[in-house]
Amino acid sequence: MSILNYFIKNLGLIFRLTLEHIEVAMVAVIISTIIGVAIGIVITRIKKLATPVIGIAGILYTIPSLALFGMLIPFIGIGVKPAVIALVLYSQLVLIRNTFVGITQIDRAVIEAGKGMGMSSWQFLRMVELPLALPVIMAGIRTAAVMNVGLTTIAAYIGAGGLGWLIFRGIASVYTEQIIAGAIPVTLLAIGVDYFFVFLERFLTSPGVRH
Amino acid sequence: MGNAIIRFDNVSKVFPGGTRAVDDLSFEIYEGESVVFVGPSGCGKTTTIKLLNRLEQPTHGNIYLNGKDTSKIDVIALRRSIGYVIQDVGLFPHMTVAQNISLVPRLIGWSITNQQVRVDELLRLVDLEPSAFKDRYPHQLSGGQRQRVGVARGLAADPPVILMDEPFGALDPITRAQLQDEFLRLRSKIKKTILFVTHDIDEAIKLGDRIAVMREGKIVQFDTPGKLMREPADEFVKDFVGKDCGLKLMKLLKISDIMVPTLNRIIERSGVVEAKRLMEQRESDILLVVDDHEVFQGVIRFELLADRNQGSVKELMERDIPTVKTEEEIRPTLELMLKKGVVWLPIVDEEERLKGIVTMTHFACFFSSEEWGQEETS
Repeated sequence: MSILNYFIKNLGLIFRLTLEHIEVAMVAVIISTIIGVAIGIVITRIKKLATPVIGIAGILYTIPSLALFGMLIPFIGIGVKPAVIALVLYSQLVLIRNTFVGITQIDRAVIEAGKGMGMSSWQFLRMVELPLALPVIMAGIRTAAVMNVGLTTIAAYIGAGGLGWLIFRGIASVYTEQIIAGAIPVTLLAIGVDYFFVFLERFLTSPGVRH
Repeated sequence: MGNAIIRFDNVSKVFPGGTRAVDDLSFEIYEGESVVFVGPSGCGKTTTIKLLNRLEQPTHGNIYLNGKDTSKIDVIALRRSIGYVIQDVGLFPHMTVAQNISLVPRLIGWSITNQQVRVDELLRLVDLEPSAFKDRYPHQLSGGQRQRVGVARGLAADPPVILMDEPFGALDPITRAQLQDEFLRLRSKIKKTILFVTHDIDEAIKLGDRIAVMREGKIVQFDTPGKLMREPADEFVKDFVGKDCGLKLMKLLKISDIMVPTLNRIIERSGVVEAKRLMEQRESDILLVVDDHEVFQGVIRFELLADRNQGSVKELMERDIPTVKTEEEIRPTLELMLKKGVVWLPIVDEEERLKGIVTMTHFACFFSSEEWGQEETS
């Protein structure tokens, strides 16, 4: 009952922290999607770069999150900025890789037909490659988004705010109600984001490839 | 023949690694012609047609389209002016049938209305009901339907030249035969220059005005199907064309190729006496009767005239004689003769004018070693 009481008493605070959390995660998803998809497209054009680029993104991905947050502090300080930068770096692997795979898995016949019909490289990217790679790219964005919701919780440690703040405070002061008040919304948020992107993928994908 | 629309000038294509896919090819293709490139796999036939729309770049030589060096035409514009149909069709799976077909018209800026009109027109041309197929996606079509859409897409912007790279190769034999027939029907409706690639010699004979038999990057023989079968350039062509070329040739030839003209004719208003005199002169007891415009009317036989000295041919002639048109194929004609139990038939053109006759003997001569030459005499 005390948990419920805590919730009711601090509704305003929890709501504000949830919005903060969403904001940090969303900004990171948007920036990392733009960068990751762009890099993914570039390495489909310059295939030599694919292995090293995906390799570097893979190394970034293996750095423990807290260590990465810590490493950024001497350069950028604390707060939202280093948090977003770290999240963007983390998301690159799944975004670059999925974009690359999504585009390179397109049927050879489709590529040959498109070229043979006289589509420019840009037209082919916009009208054929991206729409066909969309389900795979969207799966990458979805993974990145769910991951970012989780990592933003840890980013509270370097002053990025969000629901992690409640959890860390609760742990520090052995205040179970506070921990749970942070943990439950962040879990629901992760699940909600997952569903949202599943829906978005369905909505954006052509019925011709959805079957 | 018309003007050369395509010209290859000493064209070679050597792939990195040294494979000589196309070896010093020179040939011309004329406007409105359908040329089939045929040969075993790896003979360079596909590379040859891809050189035209620059999906492959020649390592040597020049290719001209309408007299212009293709390497100097903007590659995007060049490809949009050449229809392209491939074996695996390559329909865009995320686009509807209509969107697939109207893609090139859309790229070159046709109005929406024109695009829609064109889609309907092309779907009807390839025998698909527009209202039923327009909004379908490729995965909702059968293999044959997909290739019909592929052909429609290749024709969309009305290109003067169409490249077809084994378009029916992946289809089952029945569907393939059906699409081949439709190809022929289509060809009579649209005047296009077609470059067609296949490894199937029967398909080549059926569809080509001329056939280029290729081997190891070279054209071994470039001839009409008839010439190819009667006079193969070498053992390779002969083997490739195959043993049963008699039957193949029969499908290919028209009655006009084997008929003979006849002088045993008489105008219907002539008198009986004149008919008798002509019969004597020609040592013939039958004459073919025509009117003043050469239109075939019937025949007059000596038996009917024997004891008469008056009247005209018109009154005495036998009518309702079956005739065959010059454009008719050999086999149905032969069948007709056997069915009617006749040994000869008059041949007429579209306007029913008498052109000649064909007799059982002509068929026999035609299928004898004299005409076929190669196998029996060698």
